[in-house]
Amino acid sequence: MDRRYRFRRAKDRGMVVVTFLCTVAVLVPLFLVLGFLARTGVSALNWDFFTEIPGAAGEPGGGMANAIAGTILLITLAGAMGIPIGVLGGTYLSEYPSTRLSQVTRFTADVMNGIPSIVMGLFAYVLIVLPLRHFSALAGGVALGVMLIPTVVRTTEEIVRLVPQSVREASLALGIPTWKTTMRVVIPTAAAGIVTGIMVGLARIAGETAPLLFTAFGNRFWNWDILQPIAALPLQIFAYAISPFDDWHRQAWAGALVLVTIVLIVNIAARFAANRQVKLR
Amino acid sequence: MSIAGTRVPAASPPRSGDRPFQLLLAVMAAAVPVVIGAILVALIIAGWPAITQFGARFFVTSTWDPVARVFGVLPFMYGTVVSSSLALLIAVPLGLGVAIFLSELVPGWLRSPISFLVELLAAIPSVVIGLWGIFVLVPWVRTVLSPLLKSTLGFLPLFSGPPLGIGMLTAGLILAIMVVPFIVAVSTEVMRAVPRSQREAALALGATGWETTRTAVLPYARSGIVGAIFLALARALGETMAVTMVIGNVPQIKASLFAPAYTIPAVIANEFAEATSDIYVAALVYAGLVLFTVTVVVNALARLLVSRVARGPSLIRE
Amino acid sequence: MLKAFVRGAVAAVVLAALLGSAAPSGAQAITINGAGATFPFPLYSKWSQVYAGEKGVQINYQSIGSGGGIRQFMEKTVDFGATDGPMTDEQIGQAGGRVLHIPMVAGAVVPVYNVTGVAQGLNFTPDLLADIFLGKVTKWNDARLSRVNPNAALPSADIVVVHRSDGSGTTAIWVNYLSKVSAEWKTKVGEGTSVNWPTGLGGRGNEGVAGLVRQTPNTLGYVELAYALTNKMTFGNVRNKAGQFVRPTLSSTTKAMEGALASIPEDYRVFFTNPDGKDVYPVAGFTWILIYGDQSDPVKGKALAEFLWWATHDGQKYAPTLLYAPLPKPMVVRIERSLKSVTSKGAVVLP
Repeated sequence: MDRRYRFRRAKDRGMVVVTFLCTVAVLVPLFLVLGFLARTGVSALNWDFFTEIPGAAGEPGGGMANAIAGTILLITLAGAMGIPIGVLGGTYLSEYPSTRLSQVTRFTADVMNGIPSIVMGLFAYVLIVLPLRHFSALAGGVALGVMLIPTVVRTTEEIVRLVPQSVREASLALGIPTWKTTMRVVIPTAAAGIVTGIMVGLARIAGETAPLLFTAFGNRFWNWDILQPIAALPLQIFAYAISPFDDWHRQAWAGALVLVTIVLIVNIAARFAANRQVKLR
Repeated sequence: MSIAGTRVPAASPPRSGDRPFQLLLAVMAAAVPVVIGAILVALIIAGWPAITQFGARFFVTSTWDPVARVFGVLPFMYGTVVSSSLALLIAVPLGLGVAIFLSELVPGWLRSPISFLVELLAAIPSVVIGLWGIFVLVPWVRTVLSPLLKSTLGFLPLFSGPPLGIGMLTAGLILAIMVVPFIVAVSTEVMRAVPRSQREAALALGATGWETTRTAVLPYARSGIVGAIFLALARALGETMAVTMVIGNVPQIKASLFAPAYTIPAVIANEFAEATSDIYVAALVYAGLVLFTVTVVVNALARLLVSRVARGPSLIRE
Repeated sequence: MLKAFVRGAVAAVVLAALLGSAAPSGAQAITINGAGATFPFPLYSKWSQVYAGEKGVQINYQSIGSGGGIRQFMEKTVDFGATDGPMTDEQIGQAGGRVLHIPMVAGAVVPVYNVTGVAQGLNFTPDLLADIFLGKVTKWNDARLSRVNPNAALPSADIVVVHRSDGSGTTAIWVNYLSKVSAEWKTKVGEGTSVNWPTGLGGRGNEGVAGLVRQTPNTLGYVELAYALTNKMTFGNVRNKAGQFVRPTLSSTTKAMEGALASIPEDYRVFFTNPDGKDVYPVAGFTWILIYGDQSDPVKGKALAEFLWWATHDGQKYAPTLLYAPLPKPMVVRIERSLKSVTSKGAVVLP
């Protein structure tokens, strides 16, 4: 009896160790990647990196300024498309949750979140690049915007749903029409959470490369024309990473560091905001 | 009192702005299924020439010959399936282990930071992981892991051939790193949703901690965990950049994990902008259609399994 | 929180504006988009940098491979294409419009390898190259390789072949050569910008192949000479028709091109691999820029023609430093005539 119990206890202790080791094993790549980024990327970060455009192949110097600007432009375009549809759609899901449309939309939004981003690129190519007859920032923005919609819809729905029913009822009791209640009372109350969800979605699409490969296409110069090809940070990182030039490799690391830093900051801020939201409930 | 099925109380009389506003919201919500439908239609139209020319043969032909204009998606399906399976083989046990650690064993104040760190792994863009893969993982696999596997298990056809560093094995490893956060996040949520009463009942019967987890928590959370696995699978199937950078880009079907391979997303990424004949483009879109269909099905299954058990909002939405 | 978001958005816009103001105020500058061959990319990126500084016209060139250059050119999603594998008659027919192949420079495609203990200048015979790429010769210390390299310490390792995974003009030149020297290659694999490779790893662009060869031991690949030299790679010699093992250099490439001058057709579409003559490097070829003879936009058409004029005249002086063979004078004269034939809306664009 006693021996059997000791064996069971040993298994229990053993599993604690095993699961602890699993956790360590999973976190090791995270620190390896971040550590490598920090070490190699920092050495290539300089003022030039943020202000210069790419130089000639094989020659040192040049930077990724236009790629950073391009990424900002692309997520602005994507946001213009994805945020209104996402927020309003998510509000519908939360205010009228049991209609047929809601059920269908909720389901398809989750499915859409899992569609490979390269398929979104194909979609934008057929929809925008072919009719317009050239690559463009617009096509890249559409590809990213389409990815943003389901993310924003779902996070908006969840946040708006958390707004207490009493708030709505109080507003209606004061004679405010339903539509105004939703627009002026409910959504502003949920604004903080909605914005957090949007920021996380934007950070995610800012790092996407595959949908831009044959839509935004890349540009070695400054470009503010949305009907022309445009540079983007992840695209540039990819092009430099597979190049044979050591200087470009270092710049790829620097670009990766910048990208990851932005993504990390947004995610950390979102975590804090979510914690605060939970505490206020 | 509220209108059944809505969160909008019926206490107020309908005003002139209400219907148009509700319609606006509904239209926006409808955009989601409409867009998915549009993607499906666009893929079918653009891939039509290949669909009619190759039909079902596409799935069993292993030649991908742009010169002879013969296209078969079999090597890419093989590469996609094998690399994803390898990834799950590694990620599922590890991910479950972490989930058990986080949901059952770790004190409350430590849970949040650790799960946050795991989520961070998912937030790192694919191209950055691919960059790390080329310069750190590939040399390590070539100089450390492959020789180790070869010396111990080299008699298996799985580990035959020269270790190049790039190939199926590295692709599987890098996919495992990328999908493990999904397994951890969903499984942890699902396990924490198991009622305390279940655990307490097991403990009251004299079970150890591990036995409680094994008999009370895991079975209860089983469908959710399977859903998490499907989610991770869908992610692995569609992953493009990191895989392209480490898999070797050769459309072939070889038994060895050391051999280079090719996946559907990788071939589209590499060859789409350069396909020189219409049928070549259509073949790539057809392959994209296959990928789209499979990931939609797998995601739908995942969703059905998870939605039953998960609770509460989470910031990691696929 | 909303306020924070608004502040953040304003900050982002201000940042973008600041970054934008660091740009040259060439908001009115003409941008010409081109895509294609990775082969001449080092030279084209140099040209675009110099030309933007001198004339203010931005030449935005994306190096995606010759296959991509041809395809985007035919789709008219770019203003010009670039390729080292000329378009086929069928492609020209599909392009719908008069297509001009304007040669820019010539370059050599060299066999690069990464074998510890083996130095520069390994000798390769034509049939050896074909058989290695066919997968028939698999070991570095194969008898045929040792026979032509008696002083080299060749290991018994497997040869890892590296080729292009994308549509490539560099490939077109390489397989054109292999088809000429090996009947088996010609029937089994054939030619083109993309072929069904019997063996090997795929790299994306000249850059990808160079990267793979540098990072993986016991590899043998093929890249354009400039890539091999800028990356300080080891590359070998190839035996030409006259029986000499020739090192790929600027002069052996130029000699190959000069030898072929007499037989260059009207539309410049020709491979001059494996030519007759002494001291010629046998695997070399032109790289062309593709434009439509009739441009839809007169302003862009003029800017494009002027750039190509500059490239074939002043631009040539940048070629030798990057180890591309500049065009000989008689060719430039012929090209001038071709450029003068470019029209837009009925009128010639160059005066």
